[in-house]
Amino acid sequence: MNYNPFIIPFTTGAIILFAIIIYKFIAWYRKLDKKQRFYLRKNILTFKSIEAIKESFLEALIHRNIYKKNLLLGYMHMSLAFGWFLLIIFGKIEASLHAQTLFEEPWLAIFFRYFVRDEHKFFMSEIFPPLMDFLLLVILSGVLLAWLKRFSSSLLGMKKTTRHSKFDKIALASLWWIFPLRLLSESSTAALTGNGSFLTGTVGNLMAVLNLQYFEIYFWWAYSICLFAFFVSLPFSRYMHIPTEVVFIFLKKWGATAGEEYSGYTDFQLNACSRCGICIDVCQMNFAANIQNVQSVYFIRDTRYKHLKDETANNCLMCGRCVEACPVGLELTVIRQQLRNKKEIAGKHYYDYTKPQEADKKYDIVYFAGCMTHLTPSIIISMKKIFEEAGINYWFMDENKGTCCGRPMRQQGFIQQSKDLISINQKLINSSGAKTLVTSCPICYKSFKEEYVLDIEIKHHSEFINELIENNKIKIQNSQKSIVYHDPCELGRGSGIYEEPRNILAKVGNLKSSEFEKQNSLCCGGSLSNAIIELEDQIKIRNHALENLTACNPDILATACPLCKKTFVHGNKAKVMDIAEIIAENISLQNQSSKHKEKNKIKTKIEL
Amino acid sequence: MKNWGFKIPDSRTLDLDKEDLKLYNKIVEKVPSARRCIMCGMCSATCSAANHTNFNFRLVHHKFRMGMFESLASELDKCMLCGKCRMLCPRGVNTRAVIYNMRIILDNMYYKNI
Repeated sequence: MNYNPFIIPFTTGAIILFAIIIYKFIAWYRKLDKKQRFYLRKNILTFKSIEAIKESFLEALIHRNIYKKNLLLGYMHMSLAFGWFLLIIFGKIEASLHAQTLFEEPWLAIFFRYFVRDEHKFFMSEIFPPLMDFLLLVILSGVLLAWLKRFSSSLLGMKKTTRHSKFDKIALASLWWIFPLRLLSESSTAALTGNGSFLTGTVGNLMAVLNLQYFEIYFWWAYSICLFAFFVSLPFSRYMHIPTEVVFIFLKKWGATAGEEYSGYTDFQLNACSRCGICIDVCQMNFAANIQNVQSVYFIRDTRYKHLKDETANNCLMCGRCVEACPVGLELTVIRQQLRNKKEIAGKHYYDYTKPQEADKKYDIVYFAGCMTHLTPSIIISMKKIFEEAGINYWFMDENKGTCCGRPMRQQGFIQQSKDLISINQKLINSSGAKTLVTSCPICYKSFKEEYVLDIEIKHHSEFINELIENNKIKIQNSQKSIVYHDPCELGRGSGIYEEPRNILAKVGNLKSSEFEKQNSLCCGGSLSNAIIELEDQIKIRNHALENLTACNPDILATACPLCKKTFVHGNKAKVMDIAEIIAENISLQNQSSKHKEKNKIKTKIEL
Repeated sequence: MKNWGFKIPDSRTLDLDKEDLKLYNKIVEKVPSARRCIMCGMCSATCSAANHTNFNFRLVHHKFRMGMFESLASELDKCMLCGKCRMLCPRGVNTRAVIYNMRIILDNMYYKNI
């Protein structure tokens, strides 16, 4: 048997590591809710598992998404992950070929060069030393980049990196030293026995000045102890993402989604975060308002270690920029919402004071302006004009005594209050018998889509107007003004509506693109999801966004959200208009008169 | 005493010396802008809840500052947190955060998962 006491730290570390990981995974699995388990059972033996294997390979090993951020950063992650993975695989193959069994001592592959000191004489034995040396070289280049990143993160395309906790630092330090120590120990053995290749052989020759007979064993000891330190700190540090990310990808592919409640799936997501810090650079709270402790990476970390503060959970615009940027694809805003939710008080009802006025007759379309639209009456006037021009039989649901849609309450975690508001509005909407619900506010829109149980079609007014134009219900003229469109968070990233507003605007003006658009659009700073941000910080975020959006000096800054409009108007940078206003302004008059003529014709026909 | 058929009501004056700032200071710590409120009433003018009831941000705010907590929790339950008041406040008071924090303090609401 190949044995030397220095294998003890490695072996104990590995046993502890696997025991903890298995214990944790079982605990989280038991916390999965019914729906998630159902999907898991349903899809485990389908094609989706193969997709998950492919995705794990691309994400967990190659790190495709990080390449999109920066080539060097992607290479750094790939060399460490994929390089180490191949090193383990080929090491295992080499050891198995040598021992001529699949069940050789598990440490033999790790310390192969020490135990097999003669020149290899087994099938294909001459390939392995250069191959293993090459892989080690790749990993070492990654480690070098990781060191560089600590000194200057901007070299690898990151303005800010994560501030690490103590456990992370221990794990990070041991990870940094594992591979240099492997190089030193393999090289010293290579110098003594000549079993090295281009890398270990060369370094071994350089090291020959030392008394290697004496030092060799200590290098191996150091290597083994370093592995022990890394293995033992892994489950408690950010490196827990290595095993968890793969499980997370499988669960995601099988169809699990994070619901309203904190579940085992949330635990998997919390631990799948590698704290790479990519979410920090895209966060407007960071680069515009200079608030440094609330970004998703810190939120996830604090939640995982159970010292989440009220401020970290709540001081977030929920704009979703980090969700778009996250290379792991974590549902960061959903998890934040889960943590914001407060306990419900059984039997308590809110808003009994409202006296909803149900529809007096049947309508085709219900129009729900939303609270914020009532602050921008010009949008309401424009919508009325558009409805009338298209000759639509509509009911303005919240014209006088409307209630809130319930989303602001929900986003602050008051689920019970939100449900009560929803039931009030649901009754009203159903009373109208309409087939379509049009709203001017993306916040209400998302709420109607996700939280209401309605049997009718829900449309944001940009979708609705787009359809009117395409069906020739209204005719518009091109004003030739230059327009930049600002994607509201809840409409764009929140609901995936990017094209309809652009379609409309391209017809009424000269649509220009800006640096921040579509998935990369900025938040105006007025987000209702953040109840606790102070005005001064909001203004910083707003001004930064305005500066970027108006960089090309457009005539009009268009948006599709009353809240964004109201926020930007205070910035006094450009003329801010809602899509509905722009359309109402450019409804072609010719068409109007011809329509009236047609109406008159019909009238006369009837009279005749 | 002779019953005259009417009585003199209790004084409606608020004694500012009886201010109880113990809980209010907690709010100010979290929402410094609360101090800037000049009780102008812009918030009440736009309030979605005031459209239905006599809910009044200034009254709630003032009562909280005076330490008059009776029935304040149920009064706060009328607010829908829609945020219109905050958009209009000429002094930049984060009215939503004031209500939010008052609610948390008075109802002893706590998070499910933290």
